[in-house]
Amino acid sequence: MNGSSALTALVAIGWRNLWRNSRRTLIMLAAISVGVWAMIFMTALIRGMLDDMIHGAVSNFLDHGQIRHQQYADDPSIDNRLPAPGPALASALDRETRHWSQRIRVPAVIASERETTGVQLLAIDPQREAHLSFIAQAVVHGRYLENADDPGIIIGESLADQLETRLGRRIVVMTQGPDNQVADRGFRIVGIYRTALKNREKMWAFISLNTAQQFLGVGDDVTEIGWQLPDYNQAPAVAATLARDAGNADSRAWQDIDKFLNSSLSMMDGFVLVWILIVFTALSFGLVNTLAMAVFERMREFGLMKALGLKPSAIVLLVLAESLSLIALGLALGNALAWVSIRSMAGGIDISAVAQGMEMMGASAVLRPALYTHDLWLANAVVLGLGTLASCLPAWRAARLDPIAALRKS
Amino acid sequence: MTLPPSLLMAWRNLWRHRRRTWLTASAMIFANALLIFGICLQTGTYQMMIDNGLRLLTGHLQVQAQGYLDDPRMRTTVAQIQPLARQLRDQLHRPAAARAQGFALLSSEQRSFGVQILGVEPAQERHISFLPAQIKRGSYLSEHAQRQLVLGSVAARNLKVGVGDEITLLGSGLDGSFAAAVLTVTGIFETGLNDLDRGLAQMHLADFQSVFSMQGAGHQIVLRSASLADVAALKTAVSQTLNSRPELTTLDWDQLQPELRQAIAADMASSWFMYGVLIILVAFSVMNTQLMAVLERIREFGVMLALGLRPARLSLLVLIETAMLALLGLVFGLLVGGSLAALLSHTGFTFPGMEEYAAQFNMDARIYPRLTFWSVMTGPLVIFTASLLASLYPALRLLGLQPLNAMRSAT
Repeated sequence: MNGSSALTALVAIGWRNLWRNSRRTLIMLAAISVGVWAMIFMTALIRGMLDDMIHGAVSNFLDHGQIRHQQYADDPSIDNRLPAPGPALASALDRETRHWSQRIRVPAVIASERETTGVQLLAIDPQREAHLSFIAQAVVHGRYLENADDPGIIIGESLADQLETRLGRRIVVMTQGPDNQVADRGFRIVGIYRTALKNREKMWAFISLNTAQQFLGVGDDVTEIGWQLPDYNQAPAVAATLARDAGNADSRAWQDIDKFLNSSLSMMDGFVLVWILIVFTALSFGLVNTLAMAVFERMREFGLMKALGLKPSAIVLLVLAESLSLIALGLALGNALAWVSIRSMAGGIDISAVAQGMEMMGASAVLRPALYTHDLWLANAVVLGLGTLASCLPAWRAARLDPIAALRKS
Repeated sequence: MTLPPSLLMAWRNLWRHRRRTWLTASAMIFANALLIFGICLQTGTYQMMIDNGLRLLTGHLQVQAQGYLDDPRMRTTVAQIQPLARQLRDQLHRPAAARAQGFALLSSEQRSFGVQILGVEPAQERHISFLPAQIKRGSYLSEHAQRQLVLGSVAARNLKVGVGDEITLLGSGLDGSFAAAVLTVTGIFETGLNDLDRGLAQMHLADFQSVFSMQGAGHQIVLRSASLADVAALKTAVSQTLNSRPELTTLDWDQLQPELRQAIAADMASSWFMYGVLIILVAFSVMNTQLMAVLERIREFGVMLALGLRPARLSLLVLIETAMLALLGLVFGLLVGGSLAALLSHTGFTFPGMEEYAAQFNMDARIYPRLTFWSVMTGPLVIFTASLLASLYPALRLLGLQPLNAMRSAT
């Protein structure tokens, strides 16, 4: 017998043995399929939520990385500002990133005739900003800023309600200028934006960059340069490259800016592995049990084989072939189930009932499962690898049988 | 001690296959232990989220003017707020503190920043909020209005001020008038929550009322109940006291901070999805074991039927066996899971990334599982029930068994 035909025979025997007790096999198959489905499906939900959190944060002015003054993170004041990028930095940004833009971001106080509240004032270059953040698509009344000299202001719908003001009205913005003179200036509301998150609508007010630079008296200075890439995973390398041309400014990737987001990612990586292992453990008891029963039932058979001169290693292979057929079939079904359920939810699951709770964690009210190849591999590798390992126990027992004693068994 | 014969029989049958019984019990022990640990952990975490989330500022209940919650405007006020807070304290014997809330630009020598500013009754605030205890430098506001200010550590750093420094406050008053005052920084607090440490300041309510031309009004009366369970009763009592003031409304923590309950609900849903998967896997395990146990004894059962035993008795026997098996899993699962949870409920534990995560919910980075009757027993009882349900399939198959066929069947 050559190798390949021996293998074919082995698989055929394993397969046939599997169906000698079809009920038991079907129950075990159901268990493996449900387990594998749960591993992959749950992981895809977690990944989907994380992707959503990252995307939300990135488009909410985290970008993939930023260049800021060394002190700015600790003390977000106009005093900690940067000059506009020089030719070296600008060409490095053009070369290394897909989109980049400059901003001034300072805390400010907005007052209407009736109310006063605090916001983050964000001065942007409207054309470039459109590639980076949500604001260009979010305006629902009036218009987006037209150019870097636009004298208007855009505020969120919730903020407009709170201030009891509306499109076309004037509001006063107060913030600190470079010499601790309170700079204040009236702006006409030219646009109202809407987002899924009410808190976000109350947080940001947008004016144009040149207007802000004149109003604050800071020449061409900015407080941040934000950049994005085709793939956010490359951010740390690009941030390090940009640091070379950023002088003494602080060039960071998003992972270093938003620690919570980054730790959520690594925490979930660990959780995915733990979850897969837990499900496998719960499965393994049943798997070993099923095989042990199959071996126990066929004691005489194995005794006879051994008496006829079959090597113990062949018996181990025989039992393993049966177990692997079972695992492989369970994996195929589980993967198919997972694929179908993930596909059927591609449009997203509406979880708006807990929207504010999700907002606390930075996630949105629609959950979209995201299937990643490496998660799929991990789940399948664990079930196949550890499953084979667990099957060795009953296989080994079958091989160690004393043929005489086994044949005497009624 | 003698067991009834059917129990004795079931017990002996279990041990005909020691290995099989222990493997199946192990699956239950594993799932039980995980569920006990998981549910105790959730119970502890939720408790911490709620306590910390509410004890910092929100309180269990608040009295506000109708509409203030959705739209917190300066002029949506509670008139004569201090006497009303005093009345609530006297009648309900629970802490109640009046507050007013506004927004102002604080300017130091070098910097200006906008902050949320709360006018508080310092003596009462201590009973309601953890914040007065979080003073890191200086001291909390004194009981009498002396134009003092406490602010968060990040705000103090950004404004470059320390204890004893003067700060100018600019804002607009209730009537739209210009509100301005010079206040002295008396204390700096640090809660660990960036939003508060960066953007919150407190001053005496009486000072707030004079600076912002409030004419004795405020925005919230914050109450603390004895425990979460007593909130509903306290809410009813407060509402009755306020019968004469239809412009006011009483809100509980769930209305004030819906995100807290929703974050808990979302977490619950995902946890129970995972528990459900484990329970189903255990049920399959049990179903398989009991099906084998029935099939290999078909001939035996045939003999018993021929001797006049009713099929229902056989089904019962299988169920009793399952119950014993499940009890075994339950007892050992309780031991393993319970002792793990009990141990960690004393020492607490943390894992990588927990710190940043906890900060988001104003929690300690160490989490402590909490053992209550239900947090310990829910998981095991569900698994016990699921095991019994799973064995119904093999048990009910015996009902139609014919003695002759059964005795002929090859095992």
